[in-house]
Amino acid sequence: MTPTTTSSSKTQSPSLTVSSPAATASTLPAAPLSSDQMIVFEGVSKFYGEILGVNRVNLQIAPGITSLVGPNGSGKTTLMNLMTGLIKPTQGRISVLGMSPDEPEMLFQKLGYCSQFDSFPRGATAREFIEFYLRVHGYTKQETAELTRQALERVSLVEAADRKVSAFSKGMRQRVRLAQSIAHNPSVLVLDEPLNGLDPMARAEIIRLFRHLADAGMYLIISSHILHEVDMMSDSVVLMHNGYVVAEGEVRGVRDEIDEHPIQILIRCDRPQVLAARLFDHEHTVEARIHDDRQGLFVKTRRPDDFYLLLNKIITEQNLQIESVAPVDDDLSAVYQYLITSDGGQTR
Amino acid sequence: MSSTSEIREQHAAINANQPNASRARASSWSLWTRQTLAIMSLEIRKNFLSRRAFLLYAAAGLPLVLLSLFALFRMPDDDAGSFSNLSIAYAAVYGGLILRTLVFFGCAWVFMNLFRGEVVDRSLHYYFLAPVRREVLVVGKYLSGLIATVALFSITTVGSMLILYFSLYPSESERYFIEGAGASHLLAYLGVTILACVGYGAVFLLVGLFFRNPIIPGLLLYGWEWINFLLPPLLKKISVIHYLQSLVPVPMPEGPFAVLVEPTPAWISVPSLLIFTGVVLFLASLHIRRMEISYAGD
Repeated sequence: MTPTTTSSSKTQSPSLTVSSPAATASTLPAAPLSSDQMIVFEGVSKFYGEILGVNRVNLQIAPGITSLVGPNGSGKTTLMNLMTGLIKPTQGRISVLGMSPDEPEMLFQKLGYCSQFDSFPRGATAREFIEFYLRVHGYTKQETAELTRQALERVSLVEAADRKVSAFSKGMRQRVRLAQSIAHNPSVLVLDEPLNGLDPMARAEIIRLFRHLADAGMYLIISSHILHEVDMMSDSVVLMHNGYVVAEGEVRGVRDEIDEHPIQILIRCDRPQVLAARLFDHEHTVEARIHDDRQGLFVKTRRPDDFYLLLNKIITEQNLQIESVAPVDDDLSAVYQYLITSDGGQTR
Repeated sequence: MSSTSEIREQHAAINANQPNASRARASSWSLWTRQTLAIMSLEIRKNFLSRRAFLLYAAAGLPLVLLSLFALFRMPDDDAGSFSNLSIAYAAVYGGLILRTLVFFGCAWVFMNLFRGEVVDRSLHYYFLAPVRREVLVVGKYLSGLIATVALFSITTVGSMLILYFSLYPSESERYFIEGAGASHLLAYLGVTILACVGYGAVFLLVGLFFRNPIIPGLLLYGWEWINFLLPPLLKKISVIHYLQSLVPVPMPEGPFAVLVEPTPAWISVPSLLIFTGVVLFLASLHIRRMEISYAGD
């Protein structure tokens, strides 16, 4: 499938380039979807007092995985909160499959939102947490139990289902929130940095789940500032910068840029020296630098996919204790900068 | 690559697979009832079993503990006055401590936290992301707070009256409650406690929605309710305590500076409080329909 975004956001900045109308049209299926079958932003702006959240956003999002990409503060979360009615636009109109975000009783039968707010009702287990809110949807006890079971299975949390969420790791909490957002089988799923805190195995698993949902015709809107993740899972991207949509289109263009720029990853572990020595044996490792506290390793790599596979292997072989694995923003800014300012920076 | 029609078919298949059948069949009222009950069940759990509830238990238990200690450590030759003075003594305990202070602050604690507490805990968005009318959310939360406060402060009201009477004059008290006016007085105090939770609950729910730090408006309200006995007749009526005070079986002694007015009859006081509560909850619903989730700064 070729889910697509279409845009009229062409005038935000003199330096930006966006998909040409011809390129946009070519990504559309033969018979275009009506606006009731798309997520539509029409001239949407949001200001927090005098601070710009997003400005003059025009988007039409079709089924598939659409990634909102941009550095922190670029407006990704604002766009998602607008789409889900958590905040109201200062100007413009938003429609999600023909429904307004001002009608939560209609909208959230079809939409699930996994936000970044890492909070849970006190003392709740994973199962209780999902069940609480399914009951609020109005499901019967039997439906609630069945939907909860399915959701926990999808995120591989069945075994931990009856443990308290407060005792979970960050990655597990992320999966619980994901399970809660998909439990009612929405057709639109909005996910704010859904891979944060997940280990490489869980990331791969969750990305497979997203792909599966998108292939079944769902709309997935995913925010990320990790370009290689976007590359792995997206059908199309919306690139945001300083509150503006600066480019959008298919993901191929971003992929080309990623190949030219190494990404930096921080691995917090017990023996970074051992890890560094092993990683240097591989040609795609550009640089490895031990963290000042000697409990972590910064690694630059040109091939993140291969890197994660290699990392899994080293962890198993060396029995390393890994606390976290997370891409570091700094090096990505070069890619964003390129995409935002270069003449050839349109996503192709 | 899938065609548009394939995408549409897949999309339709997803929607068809959703177990929404029972919800679709349900009428709006039955859905709202089910949603209200679900919200209440979750909120009652929070109100009764969370760490925040300990303060509520402490407030509700305070008069019981004080009166029990008074009964236990009373000197045998203490002159507690005559039995007939007990109704005035209880009126003072009820009006001064239970109604104006403990029920007031207990309701403030519970109802202001219904929404403000969720904002502080950063968990309100879960409700906002559910397909539930915001009005239903207000009603569900309000009723849960009402159940929590009515349950606890009813025990306080009944328990403190029984402890006071039976610890001092057991045999006279038995006759008073079985044959005399004791039972009707007890029910009247209970009714006032329930109405206080109804009225104060609605006010504090609204205060919790409008103010980021509701302590100051809460204290101002407390001051207004306390000086009610000094206010001119017209201003007296702009308060909850005036209507509650009109309903108590034995008026609390208010001192020489009190501005005396005729108590408002029950047939006006009770509907007035209920109408006032309805209006306040309506305002809360209007506000919450426009409310945005912004946890920054809370």
